[in-house]
Amino acid sequence: MKIRDRATFATSAIRSQPVRSTLTALGIGVGIAAVVLLLSLGAGLQRFVLNEFTQFGTNLLSVTPGRKTTFGMSGAMINAVRPLSLEDADAIAALPQVERVCPVVMGNVAVEGGGHTRRVMATCVGASMPDVWRFSVASGRFLPAGEERRARPLAVLGDKLWRELYGERSPLGEVVRVGGDRYRVIGVMEPKGQFLGVDLDDAIYVPVARGLELFDREGLMEVDVTFRAGASSDAVTAAVRRTLVARHGDDDCTITAQQQMLDVLGSVLSVLTFAVAALGGISLLVGGVGILTIMTIALGERTGEIGLLRALGATRAQVRWLFLGEAAALSVIGGVAGLALGGGAAFLLHVLVPALPVAVTPWHALLAVGVSLAIGLGAGVLPAVRAARLDPIEALRAE
Amino acid sequence: MIELHQVSRRFEVGGQVVHALREVDLVVARGDYVSLMGPSGSGKSTLLNVLGLLDRPSSGRYLFDGEDVTALDDDQQALVRRVRIGFVFQSFQLVPRLTTEQNVALPLVLAEVPLAERRERTAAQLQAFGLADRGHHLPDQLSGGQRQRAAIARATITRPDLLLADEPTGNLDKHTGDDVVQALEKLHDDGLTLIVVTHDQALGARAVRRLRMDDGRLEEGAA
Repeated sequence: MKIRDRATFATSAIRSQPVRSTLTALGIGVGIAAVVLLLSLGAGLQRFVLNEFTQFGTNLLSVTPGRKTTFGMSGAMINAVRPLSLEDADAIAALPQVERVCPVVMGNVAVEGGGHTRRVMATCVGASMPDVWRFSVASGRFLPAGEERRARPLAVLGDKLWRELYGERSPLGEVVRVGGDRYRVIGVMEPKGQFLGVDLDDAIYVPVARGLELFDREGLMEVDVTFRAGASSDAVTAAVRRTLVARHGDDDCTITAQQQMLDVLGSVLSVLTFAVAALGGISLLVGGVGILTIMTIALGERTGEIGLLRALGATRAQVRWLFLGEAAALSVIGGVAGLALGGGAAFLLHVLVPALPVAVTPWHALLAVGVSLAIGLGAGVLPAVRAARLDPIEALRAE
Repeated sequence: MIELHQVSRRFEVGGQVVHALREVDLVVARGDYVSLMGPSGSGKSTLLNVLGLLDRPSSGRYLFDGEDVTALDDDQQALVRRVRIGFVFQSFQLVPRLTTEQNVALPLVLAEVPLAERRERTAAQLQAFGLADRGHHLPDQLSGGQRQRAAIARATITRPDLLLADEPTGNLDKHTGDDVVQALEKLHDDGLTLIVVTHDQALGARAVRRLRMDDGRLEEGAA
């Protein structure tokens, strides 16, 4: 029997019981819709989080003082930790694989300028920050290199801070007060947006040596390191660790490779996405049971028809495929409807809550149809085998 | 074309062995018109099922056109049924959700006959059985006589050698029954081998050759 004829036969059977078929397909449809929606939410979330992190590049590591597990608490030896110094940063910069090093201190300050005052994040960094963070200057220039120790009071404004203080006026050459000291503005950064809730545009960028004084700190909060494209993240991590152990006499710093963090984060999010989708999958199971039930009822109702087909010369295999085909068709119809439903809901969510990242990928569509096909075939096996096993004489007698 | 040698069929019903066929010998020549009569439970349906390869004899040999068909497996028997044997049932056995046209074309669908040829043969068959304007109707929109004519059209669309009819007029009134009988006899006139199981004395008497079954045994000639 040709595929086309099987399809005609299956659809004629499905159409002959429109209400029943619709309800059965709906069972699968709801399950597929739930799975598609949850998967798209998960994938969207994953994409959002990864974008947050990769905006700084992937051949990046950060060194922070104190021994920590990846996302855990500080160790008990916190008092014995030696501060991370500018000299440590220089030593790391001298490593062959290392490209650039950016020491960082941050704190909240009041900035006065252009007749306004605004509390912002003072980000105290080295001259290499634009390269390390992939963050460029829109006008003027960034903090000069070679002044890490004895830095002149120069400042670069974030895009938002500039607009808040000066409107559209150029701030270059203006003087701002930061924590009581006078700084001359030499540049404005391009807008960059937020990173994990910190607005990089509502910030002032000053030399790191100034920052240490400003916040009265002994050591740096962080040293960001970029390495050459060919170098492996693990090798560079090890080299940096050796350097610091040699200088501090103890392994008292935490080195987090961006790549490693992305990998961990990515796999955590994938597992989470699939766990949630699997919960949605339970409703698919229920839908499958629905198909099994309906096909079993259909088997009882159409016993005579099976006998007839066998008398007309249908083989057992042909009868089996007719039933399997019908179950699969029911399920796939439900699956496609569910895909439309889930995709529609995802789209609606996207329109109503633009901040919530949802994305239905072609892969989801394929998965949804594939899964519904598999469920249909799985649920159809038992009725199909029973149909094929019927004795034609008995079947013909059942009227 | 049909040779039965010492064919027996036994069933086990509730621990008791029932002899539906007892060592039946039968030869039917090509083009014969045979009626098979007898009381209920005499084994005539069983004989028809054995002849139609729907049932296997417990012992004995069945030669169909010289070939021992008892030795064939399930699928091979299905193939013989598909092409060489047609069935007509008392209850018509039309698939209720398929149109007359689709019902008549079913054997060709099973045999994977190309669509164009299928359409042509189905149309010709509907024409021949006076159903040309009923092709798109569902079985429950047809009269009893039309339904049985559609069933006969279906049974003969593969141009089989043998047509087995089980009480073909059993569900019909006298007038439409005669219609159906005429359709069957016309097929016989065209060379089809026809075996009709019936309770109806009048119908049985029309056959060229009359067989009678009683308690699993076959007797010739007694009408």
